[in-house]
Amino acid sequence: MDRYAEIAQHVQNGYSEKARKAVEAALAEGCPAGRVLKEGLIAGMEVVAAKFKSGQMFLPEVLAVAGAMKAGMELVKPLLVAANHEPLGKVVLGTVRGDMHDIGKNLVAIMLQGAGFDVVDLGTDVRVEKFIEAIERENPDIIGMSALLTTTMVHMKTVIEVLKQRDLRTRVKVIVGGAPISKNFASEIGADGYARDAATAVDVVKDLLDNK
Amino acid sequence: MRKRFNSLALGADALLFGVARTPLKRNGVVVGGGTVIPEIKFTLPPLSIEETPTDEIEAMYREIVTAVCDRAVHLGQQSLVVEFELLPPMTVDPPMGESITALIAGILAEFRGAHGLQSLLRITPVDIREQNKPPLRRRGREMELLLDSFRRCARAGADLLSIESTGGKEVTDQAIMSADVRGILFGSVVLGCADMEFLWEKIVGIARETGAVPAGDTACGIGNTAMVLADQGYVPRVFAAVVRAITAVRSLVAYEVGAVGPGKDCGYENAILKAITGLPMSMEGKSAACAHLSPVGNIAGCYADLWSNESVQNIKLLAGMAPVVSMEQLVYDCRLMNVAAGKGESLRFRDWLSESDAGLDPQAFVLSPNAVIGLAGAIVSEQNDYRRGLAAARKAVELLREGLSKGRLILSEREQDWLSRIGQTVSELPSEPKDFIIGEKPKWKDHVNYGEYGIPDEA
Repeated sequence: MDRYAEIAQHVQNGYSEKARKAVEAALAEGCPAGRVLKEGLIAGMEVVAAKFKSGQMFLPEVLAVAGAMKAGMELVKPLLVAANHEPLGKVVLGTVRGDMHDIGKNLVAIMLQGAGFDVVDLGTDVRVEKFIEAIERENPDIIGMSALLTTTMVHMKTVIEVLKQRDLRTRVKVIVGGAPISKNFASEIGADGYARDAATAVDVVKDLLDNK
Repeated sequence: MRKRFNSLALGADALLFGVARTPLKRNGVVVGGGTVIPEIKFTLPPLSIEETPTDEIEAMYREIVTAVCDRAVHLGQQSLVVEFELLPPMTVDPPMGESITALIAGILAEFRGAHGLQSLLRITPVDIREQNKPPLRRRGREMELLLDSFRRCARAGADLLSIESTGGKEVTDQAIMSADVRGILFGSVVLGCADMEFLWEKIVGIARETGAVPAGDTACGIGNTAMVLADQGYVPRVFAAVVRAITAVRSLVAYEVGAVGPGKDCGYENAILKAITGLPMSMEGKSAACAHLSPVGNIAGCYADLWSNESVQNIKLLAGMAPVVSMEQLVYDCRLMNVAAGKGESLRFRDWLSESDAGLDPQAFVLSPNAVIGLAGAIVSEQNDYRRGLAAARKAVELLREGLSKGRLILSEREQDWLSRIGQTVSELPSEPKDFIIGEKPKWKDHVNYGEYGIPDEA
């Protein structure tokens, strides 16, 4: 088994210490940080994400795996930054104004982080201005909005309209999700993607970034 | 002043739908007096409360309540409970919630006068204390608005005061995702019970001031979050079943402080609370599928004194508007249960409701009548909240293991593995609350303001 496969295997098993040591060894042997990330850490996480999506793993098991990935990332990330390595993508998440539900949004954050994306979580009851400030500050590729109430889902449309007014709409893609949200609603308000659950959110984000 | 229950009010054969040891009588409605009564709930269609004129919002509520009452009368229903679950902007703006409460109370009075339809109005403000991170549980603007909301709604004609309180949720949200039973006990029982005691003393005080009834709470944000995530395959079902058992300890506090029922519909732990308190409970099951899916559609009916649809948007279906459709479903469900009771067949009918669900899911299994009595007994055998929670968790594991070994419960290998893990965890937990709290407190210090739970930082 080569170093990359070894790292991927430790990540899949959720072995944080072993993953960290394997990454350390790979880097010491001169393996490029970008390949360690892609062929080791992310490759391992992708296997897990697929198992989670097909119902073969529970979320607590995925979290253990995410911990192993994080342990490896701590060694790789400074090297990637120093080498100006292009990140996978950055996603700003928030539950919209007036809505304090955040479990679904938190699940999406976990799955995206596990897949290697940078995630900025704005929390709950996020007003349009806070989304705008985060876009200016973080320069994300995507913003994701969540709502659980029929009386808050309408604020998603407001955010998209303000993005258009401020000439920010072309800078970011928008995905939406939550119990009352449907694919039709997402289309009607002009969102770029609809994630029916946390597992599919990763696929939606990847598709949007591939087509950006 | 909290008075702890130390025995059970009802045994397994007396734990029946429609019958409470201490029924609630008000406005000509008797809850738990031998008849199951529909509790109808609804919410608005997609719109922004902030951007919609108040008179338009009130017109929607008028339309919904009038329509559901019309249907109830048409079907010959003699009594019902209507729940007005305030949306966040209506709790933040107490006069708005008060105005809608008065409107609904007025419509119910009109139907009482014109058609003899007896009714009660339950109001449920949102626990807006969640807006701060970490939440301020005992002080601050949100707490003042929340209590003002209760007071104003009660004065405007609300009969029953309820809430889905969120004390401890800043811990349990994360604990659920990690299937962390320690975190569930810490958030739900150590923090949750402290918050329940503080909050419900205030609510009971407002009920005394205003003449309203302090009805009950629910650990919906904990027990139902785990249950729904388990149903979606995110967390183990056995974990969600153990969480349910633990949440009973938290919700029980309301009744130990002075609540008298009917308990809130989404508290499936109400089954256990009914056995302990003998007070009437609202339950929701198959006819609440409009709001969320669950593995307990029939078994929840075993304990229902009120039978609820949980919530439905006011949208048009083929038959009519969705709340009217829900009203009809609830009426027919209640009719069937009441006919069974009238023929002296409540026990047989209850057992059919139970058996149709219990073997297929651990959540349903721990809510079957004998399991409920076992859990209720374990809880009242202890007088400290943490020990109660630990006893409930251990009993739930024992019941699930027994069900599995006797072939009464089907569990996948993965679920069996998790049951072993959870069993191992709860067997290793300290029996002394202090030891447990010392171990857990540092883990959650960034998420919890301990002073807001009356827990000193150094404790």
